Amino acid sequence: MSQRISLCFERAGERGRKLLVPFITAGDPDPGWTVALMHALVAGGADMIELGVPFSDPMADGPVIQLASERAIAKNVDLTAVLEMVSEFRQADTDTPVILMGYMNPIERYGQAKFPGDAKNAGVDGLLLVDCPPEERGDLGLALDEAGLDGICLIAPTTTRERVEKIAGIASGFIYYVSLKGITGAGDQGLPELAGPVGQIREFSDLPIAVGFGIKNAATAANVALHADACVIGSALVETLAVTSSREEACAAAKAFVAPVRESLDNMLK
Amino acid sequence: MTIKQPGKPDQLGHFGEFGGSFVSETLMHALEELREAYGRWRQDEEFIRRMDEDLANYVGRPSPIYYAARYTEAAGGARIYLKREDLNHTGAHKINNTMGQGLLAHYMGKKRVIAETGAGQHGVASATVAARLNQSCRVYMGDVDIQRQAINVFRMRLLGAEVTGVSSGSATLKDALNEAMRDWVTNVDDTFYIIGTVAGPHPYPEMVRDFNAVVGREARRQMLELGDSLPDALVACVGGGSNAIGLFHPFLEDAGVKMYGVEAAGRGLETGEHAASLCAGRPGVLHGCRTYLLDDNRGQIRHTHSVSAGLDYPGVGPEHAWLKDTGRADYVSVTDDEALAAFHQLTRLEGIMPALESSHALAYGFKLAASMRPDQKVLINLSGRGDKDVQTVAEIEGLSL
Repeated sequence: MSQRISLCFERAGERGRKLLVPFITAGDPDPGWTVALMHALVAGGADMIELGVPFSDPMADGPVIQLASERAIAKNVDLTAVLEMVSEFRQADTDTPVILMGYMNPIERYGQAKFPGDAKNAGVDGLLLVDCPPEERGDLGLALDEAGLDGICLIAPTTTRERVEKIAGIASGFIYYVSLKGITGAGDQGLPELAGPVGQIREFSDLPIAVGFGIKNAATAANVALHADACVIGSALVETLAVTSSREEACAAAKAFVAPVRESLDNMLK
Repeated sequence: MTIKQPGKPDQLGHFGEFGGSFVSETLMHALEELREAYGRWRQDEEFIRRMDEDLANYVGRPSPIYYAARYTEAAGGARIYLKREDLNHTGAHKINNTMGQGLLAHYMGKKRVIAETGAGQHGVASATVAARLNQSCRVYMGDVDIQRQAINVFRMRLLGAEVTGVSSGSATLKDALNEAMRDWVTNVDDTFYIIGTVAGPHPYPEMVRDFNAVVGREARRQMLELGDSLPDALVACVGGGSNAIGLFHPFLEDAGVKMYGVEAAGRGLETGEHAASLCAGRPGVLHGCRTYLLDDNRGQIRHTHSVSAGLDYPGVGPEHAWLKDTGRADYVSVTDDEALAAFHQLTRLEGIMPALESSHALAYGFKLAASMRPDQKVLINLSGRGDKDVQTVAEIEGLSL
């Protein structure tokens, strides 16, 4: 398991701080901006970064992240390029955990046996594969363990109690609760019910719980943080960055996006 | 209808290393629910009786086996027989599957069905069944395909379905499938997703195969009745592979029967513009299962090409991947030009206008028959009729209708 992830949650836990985890698609809006954007997000108050690996057929993503993926692919961003970005980020930031989020086929093509070691060397801490439930992990799961990477597991509103128990038994790093039935960027369904499902996960696991999908701003993040240890914000941020026209502008927008969210999470401590 | 279960995948839907359930966690429960419901209803007497009645009186089964005398004579080899799935209601084998899944949705109490479609045949077959069973129906179709298949789009709308265009990716079948999955994940409580081929997550490859296996069961019986012996070879086109697996499956244990799946070589395998996942692809993960697929060296799914929209898909059903690797079936490919020639040839020699998909099977079956002895038999699955393709053929020949 990853030291950086557990340390990050431990330190926050001591202070009662809720983690803020922004998601950006690697290489979007421009491959040359991604590392600077990651630093800007940390400067704005991000505790951990989720980096989307572009895929041509992102079944679980809404239009915002689909388009971000298409833009990145058009600029030749592949898994190798994503690992290079993480490596470069690590030269200046050795503390902030980085999770890769994506789909199975690019990993399969890179090589299931080779990928975890290379990712670890680049400074990646965890891997979240949207289309790979624990049942299908097979050798990849073992290779992740060996490399010391966390294979992040998802739990959804439709996950049965029996399955929550099973997933809790094999999860590592943290558990990612998908707060709504739907795709990324949805969330006009009102505030999700979290007390019950998050409570149920805690019955079976001591791991920290991150909640994502449908969180758009400071207000929704604060609501989520009442129950969760970490909030993931993706589509709303990706959408904000998509309309910027230079690296400096994008970095300023990223920082300005996360700062008020950070503030609202910190205000909960007072 | 009796559903036999040889070659049954394991509990998680794996055919050897292929298949499985590569979907987001939100759908895992829905798939489990579907597995249970299918497991229960497939053995239910009333369900089986209704299915049998619908296949007989609504679809028009059994479809005939036709000895194509002039086509045989032209090939100058083995006797060529055609399984006439083109004579089914809505004009193709697709209705066998939508009938089954629509009825299953009905018994599961799901009032809304969704489907993806490429050429529009599966969309029409889904809309047809939904109309009859009083289900609301939404069909996802790539914007490019909506342009190419305007008549089928109107047909679906006449049947009361809502057709939703998909503009992402290559705006074709694979993207329509992505969008249908997104709908399902969002409306999972009241919606049944009618997948149109033997791909997708478990239990779809097995379930869609079972509903189409009526083709092979009938054909096996009909061939025995006709001449007291099984065919020496079966030939069927393969996009996702539902008509092929439907024909092949009941013959799997007949060791003397060879099987040929014919993929779309498009402008030629060497050009890269084709849709031959088994002939020119490699194993990977797409649309919920591990199977042969066409991708680039970065793992991005490639855009495919075929003159036939129904074969224009970068993946293939996992059971075909398994049959290829075990050597039980052979997979070959036929170019756009060869398929078009077969379309004309069958039309002129037999007065039967085949779908461009089926024309791929015909082109290969003709060559195969020519290389065989006159006392041997080749059975070709004529999976659909060609009326829908008349416009496409005319355009290729520079005619405007």
